Amino acid sequence: MLERLETIEAEGTAAVNGAGSAAELENLRVKFLGRKAELTGILRGIADLEPAERGPVGGAANKVRKGLEALVESRIESLAGAELEASLASDRIDVTLPGSPVRAVGHLHPITRTRRLIEDVMIGLGYQVMEGPEVEHDFYNFTALNHPADHPARMLQDTFYIESGAGAPEEAGPRDVLLRTHTSPMQVRAMETTPPPLFMIVPGKTYRRDSDATHSPMFHQVEGLAVAEGITLADLKGTLLAMLREIFGPDREIRMRPHFFPFTEPSVEFDVSCFKCRGSGKVEGEDRCNLCKGIGWIELGGAGMVDPNVFGFVREAGYDPDLVTGFAFGFGIERIAMLRHGVGDLRLFFDNDVRLLEQFS
Amino acid sequence: MRVPYGWMAEYCDPGLDPDVLAEKLAMTGTEVERVVVSGPPSADNFVIGLVTAVEEHPDADRLRVCTVDDGEGERTIVCGAPNVAAGQTVVVALPGAVMPGGMKIKKAKLRGVPSEGMICSESELGLGDGKDGIMVLEDGLAAPGTPAADVVPISEHVLELEVTPNRTDCFGIYGVAREAHAITGAALAPAPWEGESVEAGGEIDSLVSVEVENHDLCPRFTARAFTDLKIAPSPLWLRARLIASGQRPINNVVDITNYVMWLTGQPMHAFDLDLVPSGALSIRSAKPGEKVATLDGVEREVSTDTVLVCDQNGPTSIAGVMGGAVSEVSETTTSVLMEAATWNGPNILRTSRDLNLRSEASSRFEKQLHPDLAERAQIVATALMVELCGATVASGMVDVAAPLSESGPIRLRNGRVERILGLAIDTDSQTEALGMLGFGVEADGDDLLVTVPADRFYDVTREIDLVEEVGRVNDLDKRLPATLPSGSGRVGGLSRQQVLQRRAEDSMREAGFDEIVGWSFTDPGETERLRLATPDSRADAVRLSNPLSEDQSVMRTTLLGSLLGAAGRNRSRGAGRIALFESGRVYLPAGGFGHGPLGGDFPGDQRPPVNEPQHLAVLASGTIDPATWDNDPAAADFFQIKGVLERLALGLGTEVEVVAGEQPFLHPGRSGTVVANGEEIGWIGQIHPSVATAWDLEETVAFEIRLAELLKASPLGEETYGDFTSFPPVDRELALVIANSVEAASVLAAAKEAGGDLLVSVTVFDVYRGDQVGPEEKSLALRMRFRADDRTLSDEEVDPIWQKIIGAAEALGGKVRG
Ligand SMILES: [Zn+2]
Repeated sequence: MLERLETIEAEGTAAVNGAGSAAELENLRVKFLGRKAELTGILRGIADLEPAERGPVGGAANKVRKGLEALVESRIESLAGAELEASLASDRIDVTLPGSPVRAVGHLHPITRTRRLIEDVMIGLGYQVMEGPEVEHDFYNFTALNHPADHPARMLQDTFYIESGAGAPEEAGPRDVLLRTHTSPMQVRAMETTPPPLFMIVPGKTYRRDSDATHSPMFHQVEGLAVAEGITLADLKGTLLAMLREIFGPDREIRMRPHFFPFTEPSVEFDVSCFKCRGSGKVEGEDRCNLCKGIGWIELGGAGMVDPNVFGFVREAGYDPDLVTGFAFGFGIERIAMLRHGVGDLRLFFDNDVRLLEQFS
Repeated sequence: MRVPYGWMAEYCDPGLDPDVLAEKLAMTGTEVERVVVSGPPSADNFVIGLVTAVEEHPDADRLRVCTVDDGEGERTIVCGAPNVAAGQTVVVALPGAVMPGGMKIKKAKLRGVPSEGMICSESELGLGDGKDGIMVLEDGLAAPGTPAADVVPISEHVLELEVTPNRTDCFGIYGVAREAHAITGAALAPAPWEGESVEAGGEIDSLVSVEVENHDLCPRFTARAFTDLKIAPSPLWLRARLIASGQRPINNVVDITNYVMWLTGQPMHAFDLDLVPSGALSIRSAKPGEKVATLDGVEREVSTDTVLVCDQNGPTSIAGVMGGAVSEVSETTTSVLMEAATWNGPNILRTSRDLNLRSEASSRFEKQLHPDLAERAQIVATALMVELCGATVASGMVDVAAPLSESGPIRLRNGRVERILGLAIDTDSQTEALGMLGFGVEADGDDLLVTVPADRFYDVTREIDLVEEVGRVNDLDKRLPATLPSGSGRVGGLSRQQVLQRRAEDSMREAGFDEIVGWSFTDPGETERLRLATPDSRADAVRLSNPLSEDQSVMRTTLLGSLLGAAGRNRSRGAGRIALFESGRVYLPAGGFGHGPLGGDFPGDQRPPVNEPQHLAVLASGTIDPATWDNDPAAADFFQIKGVLERLALGLGTEVEVVAGEQPFLHPGRSGTVVANGEEIGWIGQIHPSVATAWDLEETVAFEIRLAELLKASPLGEETYGDFTSFPPVDRELALVIANSVEAASVLAAAKEAGGDLLVSVTVFDVYRGDQVGPEEKSLALRMRFRADDRTLSDEEVDPIWQKIIGAAEALGGKVRG
């Protein structure tokens, strides 16, 4: 009897191991472990055996049954896994097709991106970001910035004026209300309201009556103003240098050329060393660097020490030119964006062609 | 201002390459636009030649075959000029010479005769108009073979200065020479007027009389008289300087006025004295409707602000702007009245602008010249009139001048330079710099007392102006350190609203929209295309009084026009995806004055003239998401754009509500009013088809809100923690059949009202229309959540509230669905 059990175990094991599908295994389970199987019969007939044989045969038969059961189970599992793999393998997609976007990707306008970059750099240097009106009184745009009554910028061909009764008060004169020609009117506005020390920048739209590839009647500027005790022209240089290095790269240098503006004294224009030719003016394979026109420097904006006459308008607010000094600077946002991104024509910024916008994510 | 290097070098020769000097000027405050060469690019291969023989060309009527001694031997040159003759001293361009314009002289054969060079005309050398053929020099001026540049100014370098308006001194060659002296240290020759003066009165009083009506408009008028003179062309050197300066030589007298202006900065005018009756001039303002014939042959009507120089018969010239034809100097002139006057700068500026007439004279006068310059000009001109025109000078000078307001010296305090610049410059260096610039300097204790020369009288008036002068000539760019303001731990940053504005913009970008920057100004017709009409305040725009064009003559009152414009343009260019937004200001003449773009006041004592709120507007025309190989998204409709609006609000941690509301430019059945915190903040809807058509667009949806009001509703950064773990909520759902005409919003509002504090949220999660409800009905499925912060809610507690909510829904005509 024990020999018979060994045979059953060997046959069953061989058959189960040789089965190729879940269905075949099911048949083998019935054949070796089902109600009519020989093993089942042996187990059922144990009670009829001699008492001495009952123990050994019963134990051996149970062991064979458990062994076969476990083997069938594990074979079923492994066969099911293999079948799944096979079916998955035949269900093949082209992974190189484009993905389905969750949403379209939108874009911030390059002017916004550039403005935020400048804002973030100046915030890091301790400045507040302030905003001022675009439709402005002559007082803030010109008079309080030390422009004489007959300054050429006040002429009709340079500055946009607002009709009285249609934006300007009825009683306003024809040149009293205008579209600001720079962000500088906020210098006096801010000083009127905030006592020193004052460190602020003013980004925003500005307007001049000019239209060609390098002039737009609407454009964007950033104004900077720092007033406190002990501010010097050297501080202006260091501040501009720190800003320009953040924007154009750590190797940049700054150059300040004396100039003239009515509301700063001394006044300078400032340049950044060219980041294309690294200030050499020369580029391999070209006559000269076309970005800086071979000069090695790129002109960016105007700056200077706040003119005492400007402080004269805000003396009551705590700005005594013998106690505080300050610097101011201004430059165009479009110019920075054009330089950083190689946009050649200023007017492209306001055309809003999505083929341009989508180049700047 | 064109500065011929050789002319300047007569007074100060820094011995520098012109490009190097240009760089130094640029770094000290005088921009040099470029350095050009007047005449041939190089003087090489131009030599003096002597014409020894001239013969007819065998095969050409107009050509001559000349033999020229070039110092090394004789060469044959074929020449086409009719005036060439044996014995003439000429300038020869040898093979290798380069002419202005780049033509290179080579050996050539002209009609069979070899020619080894060219005999030059004035115009070929950039020295004149050369109407008369080749330039013939004075006999024996120089030996053959002498480099031409030794005797005639060819190939002159010219610095084109961009002089800032405050620096009237640099509108004269001598002023530029002084600047070169101060920045290079090279010696400066005395000024050509130095040490001389002209007394008022004398013989002149019997020849000339001058009356000035208003001394404010004419602070000084000087006149000298010259007789027995001969009009002739100016000598070569003078013509060369004028041409290099960009002026056209005319005759000796006129050339002298221009030469003196270029040298001293003071314009002059010459009258033919015989054409001025009794030699009497009067200076007065123009009468209404008065006309003047100017030198350019035009008769101009002038305004009463214009100052005229008149003789007994009427106006002869427009003061400071342009001379008149009446007493113009001509070939036959033998006596000259020479004027050097000082005019009122702003008045001249206005006059030249009004007449649209700018001249070298007006561009100097308009910046306000000092009265002392008039006398300097007379001194220099007198010498030249005698030397070049053989004139006899009438002694003395007519001098009508208002008393000059004297200003004392300016105190430059010790330490002030360092305090402003952040760079220490010792007192000796300060004194030296100011001295070289022409200032008088005296020590007063530790301070300096500085006297300003006439050239800088209106430019340098305060201590700070002296600081700038000292700084700019002290190699500021190289020496100035780069420091950061010291100070007390300033904190920079954006305001909370600026942070939120960025977040709002970012969330529209993340929703797939491209940001545009639209023009602030638009055309007045846009209002009509948007069907806006009074009394809608958006039909009432801020207007420019001097727009560049009608298309940009009013300020926008809505961002919609900018977005539709950009959408239409992109559509016509074949863009596949049009999903745009703008965050920008609109300009409203009325209401809410003084508010900044994000609410709150702008800084400053005076309120701004108009209201400039920041708006955010979003527009989609067609699909927002791009079509892909496995997805063909539907065109954006009302609910999609509303989803964008809701996303915007959620991104700011708040919610908005949309209630029915119409706009003239929206589809009347698909439009709504956006409400936040109970306040109307904007509109949303499908653009009215006839409005969309005006921009060549098909179905288009959009919304526009006032950003400040939305940001105000945002709790961002101020949220407080709400306990969500201790006590579980009770969720219930309600299906309600209700008339189509009842808006979901009113059902939700009624439910919230009835639900009280324990109802923490209620949303619509399904809408059904169809067979199971009536034709004018819909079924709304609502999901509600009840929760208390301090206990677990029981059904017994929720039931009465639930009944109240059902009651409220029924009050709106709803039936609870089984
Ligand atoms: Zn470069």
